Amino acid sequence: MGKLSRVALLYIGAVVVLAAVLVARGPFTGLSWKYVVFLGILVIVSESRATQLRKGQLSWSSSSAAMLASVILVGPVGAAIVGACTALGLRRGPHILQRVFNTSMYALSAYLAGRAFLTLGGHVGLPDENSFPAIIWPFAFAALIHVAANHGLLSGVLWLTRGRDRTSSGTLGSQGVGVGLTARLLLSDLGYAAYGLLIAALWSVVGPFAPLLVLIPLFVARWAVAQFAEQQKAYEATVGALCQAVETKDFYTRGHSDRVSRGSVMIAREIAMRGERVEAIRYAGMLHDVGKLGVPTKVLQKTGKLTEEEYAAIQLHPMRGLDIVREIGFLDEALAGIMHHHERIDGRGYPMGLAGDEIPEFARVLAVADAFDSMTSTRSYRGARPVDEAIAELRKWSGTQFDPAFVDAFVAAIKREGWLRPEPPVLAADDLATVTAQDHDDPGAPLRVIDSL
Amino acid sequence: MSVRRPEVRRYPWQVRDSGQLLLVVAAGVWLVASVAQTAANGLQDPRIAIAFGALIAFGEVLRLNLPGDRETAPIGFAGALAYALLIRVGSHVSQHTAQQVVTVATIGMIIGALPHLAVGRPARVSGMATRLLCVACVAYIFRPLAGNYAVQHHWGLAFSLMTSLAVLALLLEAVLTALLRVDEQRARFRVALVDEMRVQLPLGVAVGASALLIAFAAEVMGLAALAVFTAPLLVTQVAFRRYAGIRATYLQTVRALAKVTEIGGYVEAGHSERVSRLAVAIGRELGIHEPQLLELEYAALMHDIGQLSLHDPIPGGATVLVSRSDQQRIAELGADVIQQAQVLGSVAEIVRRQNEPYRAVDAGPAASGVHGPAKPSGPPLSSRIIKAANAFDDLVGSSLDPGRAAAAVQRLRLDTASEYDPSAVEALSRVVNRRSVIQM
Repeated sequence: MGKLSRVALLYIGAVVVLAAVLVARGPFTGLSWKYVVFLGILVIVSESRATQLRKGQLSWSSSSAAMLASVILVGPVGAAIVGACTALGLRRGPHILQRVFNTSMYALSAYLAGRAFLTLGGHVGLPDENSFPAIIWPFAFAALIHVAANHGLLSGVLWLTRGRDRTSSGTLGSQGVGVGLTARLLLSDLGYAAYGLLIAALWSVVGPFAPLLVLIPLFVARWAVAQFAEQQKAYEATVGALCQAVETKDFYTRGHSDRVSRGSVMIAREIAMRGERVEAIRYAGMLHDVGKLGVPTKVLQKTGKLTEEEYAAIQLHPMRGLDIVREIGFLDEALAGIMHHHERIDGRGYPMGLAGDEIPEFARVLAVADAFDSMTSTRSYRGARPVDEAIAELRKWSGTQFDPAFVDAFVAAIKREGWLRPEPPVLAADDLATVTAQDHDDPGAPLRVIDSL
Repeated sequence: MSVRRPEVRRYPWQVRDSGQLLLVVAAGVWLVASVAQTAANGLQDPRIAIAFGALIAFGEVLRLNLPGDRETAPIGFAGALAYALLIRVGSHVSQHTAQQVVTVATIGMIIGALPHLAVGRPARVSGMATRLLCVACVAYIFRPLAGNYAVQHHWGLAFSLMTSLAVLALLLEAVLTALLRVDEQRARFRVALVDEMRVQLPLGVAVGASALLIAFAAEVMGLAALAVFTAPLLVTQVAFRRYAGIRATYLQTVRALAKVTEIGGYVEAGHSERVSRLAVAIGRELGIHEPQLLELEYAALMHDIGQLSLHDPIPGGATVLVSRSDQQRIAELGADVIQQAQVLGSVAEIVRRQNEPYRAVDAGPAASGVHGPAKPSGPPLSSRIIKAANAFDDLVGSSLDPGRAAAAVQRLRLDTASEYDPSAVEALSRVVNRRSVIQM
């Protein structure tokens, strides 16, 4: 956590003291410790296993279901004690201060939820057949308060400790995305809260097995989600490695796919594309030039003018690329992007000669990032050009070769986030690589073709 | 945009082989008997029967594809098991018989399968028959006991009985599915069973728990429990669908990108695909488990990826015809590429060692077991399989001529003293023989 400001410490201290006072005040009479012990164990177990599913995303753990069950079974003070059991979670890592704060936060929000349950006339104790459906409203209110208190206290401490320096806010996407994410988290937390009611309801039939039965499907779901995340990481790494393999042949274009992918994502984010589409364009960027492998090496290496056939071979590479990746099911929109990334707005591109809006959006985005990376990388016939110069070049071709909207978006994104140019290649270190003599992506130096006349 | 491969239209009875047929017939006979008896006795508690039938149908619509071309219907299965294990709804003691459970489950499944048929997906009768048999077993054991006083009044007894029956049903499903796979893919039964349990275990646990939940919760909440407790299972199913989706995409992508060597003119068209299919068939023949089989498939698909780093394509790309040092260099380069992905360490290892001889010539006569490596430092089994499959494909190519295949096998056999693993070559020979029988 590092150094904390005085305000943050004060805030944490206040939460801890408040929680401690509320628990200590009682009353403890009539508290059925049996439930507290069972649910407390459940909280400890689920806190020990809480997995963070994605970077920056809060992890849900089944402990909130246990706390809400305790709201019904043992009331506010009991619920606070159950919530405080998070302190005993065996999860490694969190700083001691963080742990103390988390414990107090859970205790406090469980207590508040318990109070809310009582306010709307909820009855503490084992629910029976006659409790339904009257119990639903007080419980829903309690769940709402629980989720709100949790998120409120947590975002307070996050704001106080790391909210001040917002240097990296650009990479986190626009504000709208953040709000949407929080709303989704809140909703899913509310959904999970319903399991608290189910645990309490089933307790009368199967006793302490109730939480087990209710939570098993959720544990399995979480396992599957973790597997999914792992597979996705593996998938990304594999695609990256294979794309690199495709470009190792050419010295100057190494890392090109990766950078085009990054550039396309920058544009996509700038124009606020939906999350899945941003993902798709990332893959499209990585895979956009795989078809180049179908172009004979000697054509890529040729320094003089190209013959008609050789030029045709180069023009064919988007189609070749499409042939390769066509069977990858999820790529749908990315496929169109790969196929048309050399079309021009004025209709003079290849392979189809589409113009303006006929060109798929992905292809128009890719074209900008593709050309920009080509210009800012070293080529055998010229050095890398500075970013400013490349931007000027993009602007020059904006409207004829590129879609002006995406050029603007890209320039804005570069101004904000900067652009990492590739290191100039070191020749002669590797005898395997070949050298591209003409770059088909470079708008400043178009391919020279022998006139057919 | 997407181009569909032309498919040969076949009728259901042409694709169904003996094992499936047996299973379907068994389920069918049981079903006819149950329906007849139910019709004679009349439907008990029709409201409950309709609610569960609807849940089963709903679950059958939401089928789930698990990795390895397995289709399940977790929600439908859980619903059917819950109906078999139901004791009370509210305070009303449920009266239905085992025959009625079978009848309701079947009608639910058939209704749920209709949308699949309507959009042109296969009905997957064998999967339905498997689930039906499992449910029937549980129902025939538990229904007579459900009226028992002790079961009705001691939740501990009911709970343990129901838990063990749910476990039994899931085990039975694993066994039946494994038997079907043995029949279909020529896998070994023990291997198939272990694979099946490994894949099905997490979801199976969720299905079993949900079935118990629904059965118990119906006592407190009545039929509303059906709707409420389908939710956790639905969450689970969504998570599994995404997981299975990325697994499928992964395989598709590796398959697609392995083709770059073909487009670049490094290897003959279809080579990687053929080698991988052959290698997987050999691996199955040798009893390799599914996770390793997947690694073998990846390695076989990418075994020539190292050629991408070569200056110019080897003519024809037939790696069996180039010098050993060149072969080794291709393997090393390929392994380096795969190594970069970091997650495919063992695949890289398989690719790296794909050209190593089965046994160094000077190794002496010791240790030539059929299974396991000839000596501790020998190449892994998967590498030896790829070596054999690759050599075979280099010799035969896309030719379907059985004579040519037999000659190629013979040639590999002559080299089993040092070059090729005899067990891999024998398995290859069996696979090839089977294939030529099918073609004739």
